[in-house]
Amino acid sequence: MNDGWLLARALRLPGQTLALDAAGWTDLLAIARAEQMIGTLAHRLNGLKLPSAVQRILEDARASADQGRSVALWEAEVARRVLTPIGVPVVLLKGTAFVAAGLRAGQGRSIGDLDILVPRDDIDRVEAALLASGWEWVKPDPYDDAYYRRWMHELPPLIHRDRDRMIDVHHTILPLTARITPDAAALLADSVEIAPGLRTLSANDMLVHAAAHLFADGDLAGGMRNLWDVHCLVEEYGTEGLAARAAHHGLAKETAHALRLAAALYGEVARIGLVDWLYLRRITARDGWGWPTRPVARQAFYVRSHWLRMPPTMLARHLWTKWRKGGAGPSAG
Amino acid sequence: MKHVFSVKIGPVGFRVGADWRAPIAQLADLYAGYPRPDDGVPDFTVRLFAARPWRRFVRPAVMIGGDFVLPEAAPLPLAQGLLAAEMGMNLQMALGQRRYLLLHASAVERDGRALLMTGVSGAGKSTLAALLSLRGWRLMGDEFALLDPATGLIHAFPRLVSLKNTAIGVVERAAPERRFGPLLAGTPKGDIRHLVPDAAAVAAMQVPARPTLILFPSFGFDPAQREISHSEAFVRLTQASTNYVSLGERGFAALTGLVKNTPALAIDYPDTDSAIAQVEAVWEALGEKL
Repeated sequence: MNDGWLLARALRLPGQTLALDAAGWTDLLAIARAEQMIGTLAHRLNGLKLPSAVQRILEDARASADQGRSVALWEAEVARRVLTPIGVPVVLLKGTAFVAAGLRAGQGRSIGDLDILVPRDDIDRVEAALLASGWEWVKPDPYDDAYYRRWMHELPPLIHRDRDRMIDVHHTILPLTARITPDAAALLADSVEIAPGLRTLSANDMLVHAAAHLFADGDLAGGMRNLWDVHCLVEEYGTEGLAARAAHHGLAKETAHALRLAAALYGEVARIGLVDWLYLRRITARDGWGWPTRPVARQAFYVRSHWLRMPPTMLARHLWTKWRKGGAGPSAG
Repeated sequence: MKHVFSVKIGPVGFRVGADWRAPIAQLADLYAGYPRPDDGVPDFTVRLFAARPWRRFVRPAVMIGGDFVLPEAAPLPLAQGLLAAEMGMNLQMALGQRRYLLLHASAVERDGRALLMTGVSGAGKSTLAALLSLRGWRLMGDEFALLDPATGLIHAFPRLVSLKNTAIGVVERAAPERRFGPLLAGTPKGDIRHLVPDAAAVAAMQVPARPTLILFPSFGFDPAQREISHSEAFVRLTQASTNYVSLGERGFAALTGLVKNTPALAIDYPDTDSAIAQVEAVWEALGEKL
């Protein structure tokens, strides 16, 4: 039975896909779609002599990713036009940062929301400027809204009324409830200008952010994509000074762990320990129908992600409130 | 998944998997004359599954999933599993298709030239396409017309024709009984019965056609017709396309090319006989001009 490892192997050694039969290709494409990595896969396999049906599907995926790239860059540009006049530089995070900086991690990458980082002291001005330029609230629920404002590392998500694109405005990279508090001022201070008014985090901070995102900001959904980002960033920039920087942000353990998992999934690591094996079982929990598998592992990591985010009594209260509203739990797919 | 059926409709391959045998058996029966996906690799996957394991057996309800899904789709009773499969395939096209500009339109072909009919639900595009296909036109599809941005040609997507409510009786009187699927009564869209496209439509489904006329039919009015300007046709068709925005510039270029080169007419009609007569007359007049 195929799982996420089929996709990982294809990304790592594209030539091996030439040995796939029709059923293998069908599984691979369904898994890649479900992990939102079909554009990445399409770029990796570009130039290989593939079955014509596969070739056609991957060509469409490449065209789609190119279009997604244009849309993401335009969204960054619009944010720049709104925030530059009020003196706030736009520090791009995640996917948009990768494509804007022309990084390998951005090739074919699917990009959803625009994520930016701004100084916490400017957050009210940024919010006002965005609201004045056509962005609107997404979360009508007062509990969710208050929760975001009090405890999260970002504003409640805003969506642009004409372009239907979401923006996440961060003021740091972990929720305020988490036990770890990264140095947000240092993230901004060391950011790199890639075009007038547009910046990305430094290479090491991008990696630290990817690790923070993987372990503390979610239930490992999207883990395959996240670890591919890590793998590509390490390949492109190396890891010089990374350990010290991660330690500075209080994320030494998480960053080292992310590197280890990325190497196990996409690199050369042959042997992994039991804990890493559990993580990878969760991260690759996907069958050839693109269907999420291993529900016990999923649920365990979902609870764990919240455990890292907030103290126990708060967690109990939060899960209780969400459960009564009928929302809590990992997505069923 | 336990039960699987794969099929190629027009240029698009599908794989449908289900927790139950019945919908897959119905698909296999109704799509018996269709080929399998190219190279055995489908473009899209559809999953029909039970919301909870026991719902496979107790009050079975079919959830629709796949490569591309809408977050809040309601389940259908197992008796409507065939409809769920069709909706699942249409959903993959609507949300995932990137090769062709999708127009929510029916299409029929004659002499290598395509007639597109588009309009709101209930305007009669499926009924008219089905009836025209029984009168010597080739059915290209009743749901989506596939506009190829590279060539400007329309590709066929002749899935089962989905007839609703009163249209069922109208077409039943014109087509042989063996071409119909089971009557699905009381679905969210009312009564539905599927018509299997004829063998000629399936045999020629890889053959594209040059778009020649765009009709915007409206049912329930006195017979009338008026020309539609390029700009109005453009706006109406952007509304009728599910992937116009995601195709970006390719979609814009394809659609402007289509409306500039293809005459468009709105026709009002009181009943299907009158509509067929109007369509044939318009087509004939157009032929004299070409």
